[in-house]
Amino acid sequence: MDFKDYYKIMGVARDASQDEIKRAYRKLARKYHPDVSKEADAEALFKDLGEAYAVLKDPEKRAAYDQLGAGWKAGQDFQPPPDWDAGFEFSGGFAGADAPPYSDFFESLFGRGFTSAQRDGRQAGIHVHGEDHHAKVLIDLEDAYRGAARSISLRAPELDSTGHVSTRLRTLNVKIPKGVKQGQRIRLAGQGSPGIGKGQAGDLYLEIEFNPHSLYRVEGRDVYLELPVAPWEAALGATVKVPTPDGPVDLKIPKGTTRRRKLRLQKRGIPGEPPGDLYVELVITLPPAESDTARQLYQKMQQDLAYNPRSKLGV
Amino acid sequence: MARKTITGVLLDERAELSLTDLSRACSTSTEWVIELVHEGVLEPVGQQQTHWRFSGTSLKRARAARRLQHDLNINLAGVALALDLIDEIETMRERLRRFEINDET
Repeated sequence: MDFKDYYKIMGVARDASQDEIKRAYRKLARKYHPDVSKEADAEALFKDLGEAYAVLKDPEKRAAYDQLGAGWKAGQDFQPPPDWDAGFEFSGGFAGADAPPYSDFFESLFGRGFTSAQRDGRQAGIHVHGEDHHAKVLIDLEDAYRGAARSISLRAPELDSTGHVSTRLRTLNVKIPKGVKQGQRIRLAGQGSPGIGKGQAGDLYLEIEFNPHSLYRVEGRDVYLELPVAPWEAALGATVKVPTPDGPVDLKIPKGTTRRRKLRLQKRGIPGEPPGDLYVELVITLPPAESDTARQLYQKMQQDLAYNPRSKLGV
Repeated sequence: MARKTITGVLLDERAELSLTDLSRACSTSTEWVIELVHEGVLEPVGQQQTHWRFSGTSLKRARAARRLQHDLNINLAGVALALDLIDEIETMRERLRRFEINDET
C-alpha cells in the first residue's frame, strides 16, 4: 500500500492552519472538479483531494495522521504501525451514500466504519422505493456503430437478515443500442436497489464511456482519424485505403495537398439522427533517407525544386 | 447459467423522465429539482409540475448541479452560473474546432 502525503496533495505546509487548509481545499476543488476541469486525470486528483481534506480538516484525524511522522514520502510502501491510533477517537459518519470510496491507505488508518450508516427500514408498515444506482459502462467505438451486448458486473451493498451490510456481485447482460454517444445514459427500470416493504425497486442508470481507441478520437458523434500519406500521394493525388470503424473505404487524396489538412466523410461518424461525420486528417510523412537511392532522390529535389519552406518568414 | 439480455431506454434529447424519476436518480427531493427548474437550470417539457418531463441532458445537468453544490459548497444561483459558463466554454470549443476545420480544408 502506498503512503499518501495529504499535505503535498493539498499543497500546504505541515503546520498550516485549519483556515489555510480550508482555503486550499476550496481553491483546488474548483480547479479539479470533474464537472469543471478538462484535465484527463481530474477525477483522480479530485478524489485524492477529497480524501486529504477529510483527514486534515478534522483535528482528531489530522493529529493521528501527523503522528505517523514527516519521514514518509508519497508512494512509499506503507503499513500502519501497530496501535498507531491508540488514544485517538474518531467521530465517524462523514461520507454520504454517493461519496466515492477512499483509498486503501485511508481505510487502513481510519477504517471502513466511516461510510454512511445504513438506514434500517425493515420496520413494519414502511414502504420505501429502492435507491437508484449509477454505473459507467465502457464500450468500444465500434460498439456504438453496430450496437452490442455487454455483460456488466456491479458490486451492490446488501442488507442481510442480521442487518449487516455485505457486497454482492451482480452480473447483468445489457444491450447497448447502436448510435450511443459518450456520456449518454441508459435507464434500466427496476435494476437498482430492491424496495423495502411494498416499495418498488430503484432503477439503474448506465453512463456510456468509450475505451480510448488506438486510431480514432471521438467528439459527440464526430470521429477523427489521422491518416499518414506519402509526399507523392499528397502532391500528385491518390486513392488510398482508409480504415473506418465501419470497415475500410477508399479515399481520394486531392492532388496539390502540401500540408496538414482535414477531409470530411459525411455520415461516416457514429450513426444517429443526424449521424456524425468522420474527419480524416492528412499528415504528410517523409520516407527516411537511409539508402543511397533515397539520398540521391532528396539531393535531386534539393537541386531541381528551388523550394524554400521559410519564404514567408522574412529571413 | 444463461442470462437474459436486458434492454434499457436510451436517454437522449427527448424528454422521458418524470419529476419523481429525476429526483430519485439524483438521490434528492422533488423540491430540490423544482428549485433547479425555478433557477432556470433545467427546462422540462410540459406545463404543470405533474406533467413535467425531463431529458437525458437534464439528468446529466442535474447530477452535475448536485455534485457542484455538494463538493464546492455553492448555492443554487452559483451552481446555475457555473453550469451556464461550462456550457458556454463547451460551445466555444466546438466552434473553435469547426473554425479550424474550415481553415484547413
